[in-house]
This record gives sequence, C-alpha cells and structure tokens, in this order.
Amino acid sequence: MTLPYLLISAFLMFTATLVPRFVPFVFIKRKISSPFWKSFLYYLPYAVLAALTFPYVFYSTGSVLAAAIATVAALVMSFLELNMACVAAVSFLIALGLGFVF
Amino acid sequence: MNTKRNYLAGLKKGIPVAIAYLAVSFTFGLATLRGEFPLWFASLLSATNLTSAGQFTGIQLMQLGAGYLELTLAVFIINLRYALMSFALSQQVQIRITPATRFCMSLLLTDEVFALANEKGAAITPAYYFGLATLPYLGWQLGTLFGYVLGGVFPSAVIAAAGIAIYCMYIAIFLPPAKRNRGIALAVMIGAALSCALYYIPYLNTIPMGFRVILAAIVATFVAAALFPKKDEAPTDQSPDTTDVKEGNG
Repeated sequence: MTLPYLLISAFLMFTATLVPRFVPFVFIKRKISSPFWKSFLYYLPYAVLAALTFPYVFYSTGSVLAAAIATVAALVMSFLELNMACVAAVSFLIALGLGFVF
Repeated sequence: MNTKRNYLAGLKKGIPVAIAYLAVSFTFGLATLRGEFPLWFASLLSATNLTSAGQFTGIQLMQLGAGYLELTLAVFIINLRYALMSFALSQQVQIRITPATRFCMSLLLTDEVFALANEKGAAITPAYYFGLATLPYLGWQLGTLFGYVLGGVFPSAVIAAAGIAIYCMYIAIFLPPAKRNRGIALAVMIGAALSCALYYIPYLNTIPMGFRVILAAIVATFVAAALFPKKDEAPTDQSPDTTDVKEGNG
C-alpha cells in the first residue's frame, strides 16, 4: 500500500466517521416523525453488523471448521447475554484450540 | 467548582469502558499488524476514528484494495448509527451549549459513551461528558499500540485465531436486542442471509465487499422497517445502545 493511499484513506475514514457523529448533534433541532424512517434508522446498524459478520466470520481464522464452531459458541453465549469481552475471549480460545486440531 | 466535580464523576464512570476498549483495540492493533499496515497508520486511525466496526471494516477493505468511494461509503453506512445517538444527544443537552463544544463532544461519541451519557438523561453537562470519554479514549489508543507492538511476540496461531474476536463482538452487539425486538431480529436475519447470498452466488460476488454489505443491510432494513414500523416517540428508545454498556462496541 502506497503512502498516498494510506493517507487519503485515513482522511476519508475520519470524515465518514465524523459526519454522522456531529451533524445531527450540531444542526438538527426537529424530531423525525415518520415511523418507517425511524425504524429504518433504528434497525440499520444491526443489519450492517450482521451482514459484516456473515459469512466473513467463517474465514476469519486459519480454519473454516474451527471458526464455524467458535461462531456457534459466540451465538449461544450472546443469546445468553454474556459480557461482550467474555464472548470474544471464549470464542477466541475455541478457535485457537480447534485450529490445532483441524 | 461544579465543572471539576462533574468531570471527575464522568472520569470515574468511564473506567470500566476504558478497560473494555483496551481489549478491543488490542485486537485492532493485531489486525493492522496482520494486514501489514504501518504502526503510525494504526494509531492515526484509532486517534481520529475511535470506532471498532468502522476501523476494522476500513482496514479489511483496504487490504482488498478497495476504491475510495467504496471505502468511504462502507465506513459511512456502518457509522450511521452514530447519527441516531448524536440525534438523541441533541434532544437531551441544554440548548445553550455552543456549536463548537457540541462539535468537540461529537468527536468522542461512541456506543458506550453514549450509553453512559444517556443514563444521566437531561443532566448531561459537557464537563461530565468529557470526563466520561477521557479514559476510554486513552484506553483505545494504548490498546491499539500494545496490540501492534506485542503482536509480534505472539505465535502466528494466536494471531490467526484473534481474527475471530471482532466478529464475536458484533454478534454480542446485535443478538441480545434481536432477541427482544422482532424488527431487529428480521433485519439481522435477512442481512446475514443476503450477505451470504451475495458472497457465494457467482457473478453477484464480483461486487466489491463493501457494496455487498451495504446492499444486504439496506435491503434487509427496508423489509424489516416496512413490516415492523416503530410506534413509540421517545428519542432514547430509537438509539441502538441504550440498554447496557456491555452490548455496545467501540
């Protein structure tokens, strides 16, 4: 990766992160009233995270099988609402352990 | 005198978040090392972006050689949730807070800081808010640095397995609210299914990764919002991370 690519990307990422953070807080004074758009904005972040997770999580370690089993563990732990750090740590250990097996 | 006391109160409240950030940004440091990015770039991103999903997605796309439009759009969409929190915050703070102060507060807005500020309701002062954000910000920078520098010490098997950590955090963020809200559950399921479809189906998978994710998420959310439009009015209920600190991400 070239230096200009790194610098321009860093700047663009900074801008793309900053704009949603400050524009409503600094400028918007009215409330959104449309139930559709309110729920659209409410659901969107979760859909993004889900689309980011699947199927990419399966290829996130060296072994697809180990990653898949660790993913199932993460789903179960998250369903039981365990702490985020705990979910990540346990799944990491499972992926690590099974990585030596498969 | 109130300013100082408010700041210190916020500072204390931010300690657990700072510790969690240390751990999450450690994996970001590792990921940048794994992706062969320079250390200054990892630190620059963490110092200016202060967000896990956006930063991870950014470096993932850059490793695939993504174009500037794809990169910007993907990071922007992922960070759209901040617009909700930013909006909710605008309804809570006192009107007399200047735009300049608001701008500085926005720079430090994260899921967890928002969740903590939100607990305080109408009583959020800039001093308290900056107190809240100080230690998490430092934790985020230190974690990135440690992850990158110490990454070389760990065996490659450990670094490979650490790649799963960020996805587990995503799961820990979207699953608990999906359990309680049918709209979120539907958006999450369709989003995941479409993302897989776009990844595996020939021809469709030639679409760049960032656009595939955006497309899957927008179609899924559109369907979910059409089937389950929200009826409640309270702005705090619109924001995704008001329930508990542990459910947010950096």
